[in-house]
Amino acid sequence: MTAVVKLENIHKVYDSGEVKVHAVRGVSLELAPGGFMALMGASGSGKSTLMNLLGCLDRPTDGRYLLDGIDVSGLDRNELADIRNQKLGFVFQGYNLLARTTALENVELPMLYSKLRIPRGKLKERAARCLEIVGLGNRLEHFPSQLSGGQQQRAAIARALVNEPQVLLADEPTGNLDSKTSIEVMGVFQALNQQGITIIMVTHELDIARYCKRNVVLRDGQIVNDVAVSHPLNASEELQRLREAEAAVKL
Amino acid sequence: MRLFFTIIVAMRALHRNKMRSTLTALGIIIGVGAVIAMVSIGNGAKSQVEAQVASFGQNLIIVFAGSATSGGAHGGWGGAGTLTIEDANAIKTEVRDVEAVSPEVRTSAQALANGFNWGTNCNGESQDYLSMRQWPLSSGTMFTEQDVRSAAKVCIVGQTIVNNLFPQGDPVGQIIRIRNLPFKVLGVLAAKGFSVQGSDQDDLIVVPYTSAMKRITKQTYLRTINVEASSADQIDQIQHDITDLLRERHRTGNGKDDDFTVRNQKEIADAFTATTQTMTYLLGAIASVSLIVGGIGIMNIMLVSVTERTREIGIRMAVGARGRDVLMQFLIEAVVLSLMGGILGILLGVGTSQLLSKLNGWPTLVSPTAVVVAFVFSGAVGIFFGYYPARKAAQLDPIEALRYE
Repeated sequence: MTAVVKLENIHKVYDSGEVKVHAVRGVSLELAPGGFMALMGASGSGKSTLMNLLGCLDRPTDGRYLLDGIDVSGLDRNELADIRNQKLGFVFQGYNLLARTTALENVELPMLYSKLRIPRGKLKERAARCLEIVGLGNRLEHFPSQLSGGQQQRAAIARALVNEPQVLLADEPTGNLDSKTSIEVMGVFQALNQQGITIIMVTHELDIARYCKRNVVLRDGQIVNDVAVSHPLNASEELQRLREAEAAVKL
Repeated sequence: MRLFFTIIVAMRALHRNKMRSTLTALGIIIGVGAVIAMVSIGNGAKSQVEAQVASFGQNLIIVFAGSATSGGAHGGWGGAGTLTIEDANAIKTEVRDVEAVSPEVRTSAQALANGFNWGTNCNGESQDYLSMRQWPLSSGTMFTEQDVRSAAKVCIVGQTIVNNLFPQGDPVGQIIRIRNLPFKVLGVLAAKGFSVQGSDQDDLIVVPYTSAMKRITKQTYLRTINVEASSADQIDQIQHDITDLLRERHRTGNGKDDDFTVRNQKEIADAFTATTQTMTYLLGAIASVSLIVGGIGIMNIMLVSVTERTREIGIRMAVGARGRDVLMQFLIEAVVLSLMGGILGILLGVGTSQLLSKLNGWPTLVSPTAVVVAFVFSGAVGIFFGYYPARKAAQLDPIEALRYE
């Protein structure tokens, strides 16, 4: 199976006047469709830079990035915007939903910028279906301020899914959530991954990374560890265990 | 992104900051309102002047005698004895499409009646004068061609004369003494009031021009010749023909200046309207300045809005908005803002001009052109002043924008 994400000796140098910062130093990486990878590293390890490159928000200084077989390293701003719209889905640490805009309209947003003209009725239908997938079928008309952190993050996942992307990119998706809600969100990711969606996730939490199939560790802009997780945790089992533990405490 | 959605998004963003949007649009509202009101007042004044000038007589062409020069001092038009009754007859018989001709002499004269006396203007005219000037009689009749031919001592008087010399009422049939010569009053002119320049148009006695020349002024030349064209389309041609005819009759050599001047009512009207036109432009220009100030207000608020919504812009870009989509979003927001201001301003301007005409009795005329121009211009202001902030938004770096707190 050909890799959906393929990095070939990627470099990124930030040139802010006198000091040059070499944030990513020759990263090569392949991820097959259906993969579920955690990108880990201490702060300053270059994982955010690499995530921006993977997300086509930034262009590498050197090297090649093939996304779904397309070399995106040389595309201009507008072409990158189209790639982000069609091939990528973003989930952020801070949810980044538009305030004063309902969950449904937030999920519709990527389709509005799509080059494909989707009729209005279908727009709503697709957005509602994605919200149902993440378990927010009864919260369509709620504003972000009326949703809990976990629910907001799930709305953000629904938004990332709506254009049927090749890769879902999540930047510390559980960073703002408590442990139980984090496991719930990881459960959503695992369910999506089982349906064949490729996921790359940045995290610095080891226990969260254990829900993924593969862990990649970065240090000083280079990959220092790349292992397959032998027995990934199962979110629904973990949730069950947590509930039992809670019940025990109450007793 | 689809235009419809962009407009919805823009409306929603404006609705969210109702107070701010209203205050920002206020600059445009006042600007457009001022433009509409000023132009309405200017147009009202213009139409009033035009109506007054038209009441002077339509399709009227006036031939002035040249100015007399003595010892290097030039007299005014009509001073030199260059126009004669023969010239007037020639115009009537030789120039095509001439409806009527009235040779004119003017003098000031002391008039007496009933023991009252009044210094007034005495005009010698032909029997066609009143119809040419579209000036009806309020009582009596106009003198006839026969009266003109026989230089009869008859006259028509204006309302001011009646007021001053005949306080007891209708003067028709009575005798009025002009420079001690008895003239029989045949009719009274309908009151016309003051002219645009402020002179009393009713302070006038009209006698046959032959009577005036032979009996009162004892002159042989005319001051002016009034000519009526059969239709407005003929005026230019007639003017041209009169010039050719008089140059020939006066034996004016090639390259020499005319010893007379031909003007038509339209030129005179144009001179008046030019003044009010200038006023209108001036008022409009002042009002436009406030429109530009309003535009700067929009630019200011849009810049604030772009900064405030940096994160929103980042999110939109992350999910695939192109620079152009973001540009359009903010540009449409600015245009919606200014167009709404424009519409409200038009209503304000129309309302103000209506109110002014009601309260002060000023004539106002809301011109549809001004309304359309103001609307289009306010839209243009939105595009012009909204473009810079919108471009700033479109050029944001998505990573920086997403990180913005």
